Amino acid sequence: MSLTWITGGSDKIEGCAPWPRFIVNDGAWLRAGDGLRDGRIALLGFWGERDAVHLALSNPALDTISVITRLCPDRRFPSIAASFSPASRLERTIGDLWGVFADGSPDPRPWLDHGCWPAAPAGVNPPRDASAPYPFLAVEGESLHQIPVGPVHAGIIEPGHFRFTASGETIVRLEERLGYVHKGIERLMQGAEIDTGARLAGRISGDSTVAYAIAFARAVESASGTVVPPRAHWLRALMAEMERIANHLGDVGAICNDAAFAAMLAPCAVLREHVLRTAGLCFGHRLMMDKVVPGGVAVDLGSDSIAAIKTLVSEIRQHLPDLIHLYDNTTSLQDRTVRTGVLRPDFAAFFGCGGPIGRASGRAVDVRRRPGYPPYDELSFDVIERQDGDVNARVWVRIEEIKQSLALISQILSRPPVGKTMTALAAPPASGGEGLALIEGFRGDIMVWVRLRADGKIDRCHPRDPSWFQWPLLEAVIEGNIVADFPLCNKSFNCSYCGHDL
Amino acid sequence: MRRIFRGLIQRPLTEPAPAPDDAALAELAQRVDMAARRTLGRSLSIREVDAGSCNGCELEIHALNNAFYDLERFGLRFVASPRHADVLLVTGPVTRNMRMALERTWRATPDPKWVVAVGECAVDGGLFAGSDAVVGGVSAVVPVDLHIRGCPPTPLAMLQGLLALLSVSASG
Ligand code: SF4
Repeated sequence: MSLTWITGGSDKIEGCAPWPRFIVNDGAWLRAGDGLRDGRIALLGFWGERDAVHLALSNPALDTISVITRLCPDRRFPSIAASFSPASRLERTIGDLWGVFADGSPDPRPWLDHGCWPAAPAGVNPPRDASAPYPFLAVEGESLHQIPVGPVHAGIIEPGHFRFTASGETIVRLEERLGYVHKGIERLMQGAEIDTGARLAGRISGDSTVAYAIAFARAVESASGTVVPPRAHWLRALMAEMERIANHLGDVGAICNDAAFAAMLAPCAVLREHVLRTAGLCFGHRLMMDKVVPGGVAVDLGSDSIAAIKTLVSEIRQHLPDLIHLYDNTTSLQDRTVRTGVLRPDFAAFFGCGGPIGRASGRAVDVRRRPGYPPYDELSFDVIERQDGDVNARVWVRIEEIKQSLALISQILSRPPVGKTMTALAAPPASGGEGLALIEGFRGDIMVWVRLRADGKIDRCHPRDPSWFQWPLLEAVIEGNIVADFPLCNKSFNCSYCGHDL
Repeated sequence: MRRIFRGLIQRPLTEPAPAPDDAALAELAQRVDMAARRTLGRSLSIREVDAGSCNGCELEIHALNNAFYDLERFGLRFVASPRHADVLLVTGPVTRNMRMALERTWRATPDPKWVVAVGECAVDGGLFAGSDAVVGGVSAVVPVDLHIRGCPPTPLAMLQGLLALLSVSASG
């Protein structure tokens, strides 16, 4: 199904690849809001700039994609969140960062702006009053109490604030407040050289540095019409799968640890360390930062490295059954994870929630498969899906995905294309160029949109983390659970703070 | 059960006689251990504070707890509250939104205390320097005793840094 029922009759912008962008009127803009609410289309991204707001949309199966733009000469636009609540935090962010505000918005509170900035980043909002309290949503009822947590938490974890309202042990409502690690990344990208942009993209969320670097590189390559050598695609996928395995191992261990079952954390952490050491050995950086660059990859793989990665794969394959056995046969652990923090499939679908969280709740979306990108069209793997949506399901999806990634790595190592790993970037069209990329990180689909100037510098870049559509759902799944299960639910989501705060 | 039993009878993974590439780790481990005992008796408590990192530094700080580096064997352990801490391990270019939280965490940490800034960001803002949403390095907000460089620093580099901290404070 195409999106012409939204974009039909709108002006198509030249130079956007691989998906089109249209300037739309209010009729089409509001049709998009209705389509999102009815589930006929899915939200991929929603971002602003000084005089426009953009929505990236797709059909639910993610094979048709379009960006629509509503110009905002008067710095206002009709609210999408008014009909489709998952857009709310994005709309609040657009107001904070660009001084462009949504008319009819259901929640006009600031989001990333905590009143600590000397001026709003676009220089158009007056600075907010830092002493004004942030109004948390009211919860009323008998014998309710509030538990404020963070931004500095008890563990080694990123900062965010959680406001629990509880009745005894049971959580009645959770409200998140994020934005603590906002670093102004989009502003830093404006006018930056592509190299700098790539390094920044690799540090939007350090645990997904490879996925972000691929997303940024592909967006820039689309915008400039650069064709990357096949070997680069394969090496990118190799690094991306190693990153996925490392993170999934870390998550599985950490989730069990939060259920007070450290016996699982230790072996998972050991395997994770093996992945990082192998990455360090083969690519020169344990997290593989700055190894994927626009135009290709900055490292090649020698026969020693291939041998080392093969050893790694067989070692993980050897230990994984033990871990699965341990997880599957520890009833005290299952007692904590089964039916805890249930995310209903209709919620996951409504929010367009991706990654293991979405797939554990019946949303079988994986952008490696659809819309797809090389080399995955030449590799075979399964998209793991479950319906139960609890902590246990999220653990199992990760375990099964580790197996899939191991199989992918074996396929990649068995027949990598030979040749160059890098090509010079083509010059963007004289009128500039735009590119959009969707990459499956370990948390779900990462989107990067970039517009290049004719001189090759970055005019505007918007990276969208999967966490945007997952954080709000954590608020939903925690309701009715006990306070002690929050760490478990939170860890099984493992949303990015910095990827969201930007 | 099978696994726990095996764990009981097996040699621990922490390498007492490490493989060659871990020689540096082993030597370091011994020196950290000695320095820690000299300075603090048996323990040093660390509170980690993310003041705006990309979470890359946190991943490597986590790795310090795995069975290879096993920080706890030196009596160095991560604690849940700044009130229990001797050392604040701070990462990130301090964001404006985290500045107050970092100051308060520092004030909540009892004296004597040390602040270790971890990662390039924590030195001077790193790649994020110049953004109007960040303050800059950690020392722009709280006094820093030691910087550990790297993006992110490897667990070995962090162990080295902690050792340096312990030696200096022992002689000072
Ligand atoms: S130093 Fe590097 S890894 Fe650490 S927070 Fe900064 S960008 Fe991330």
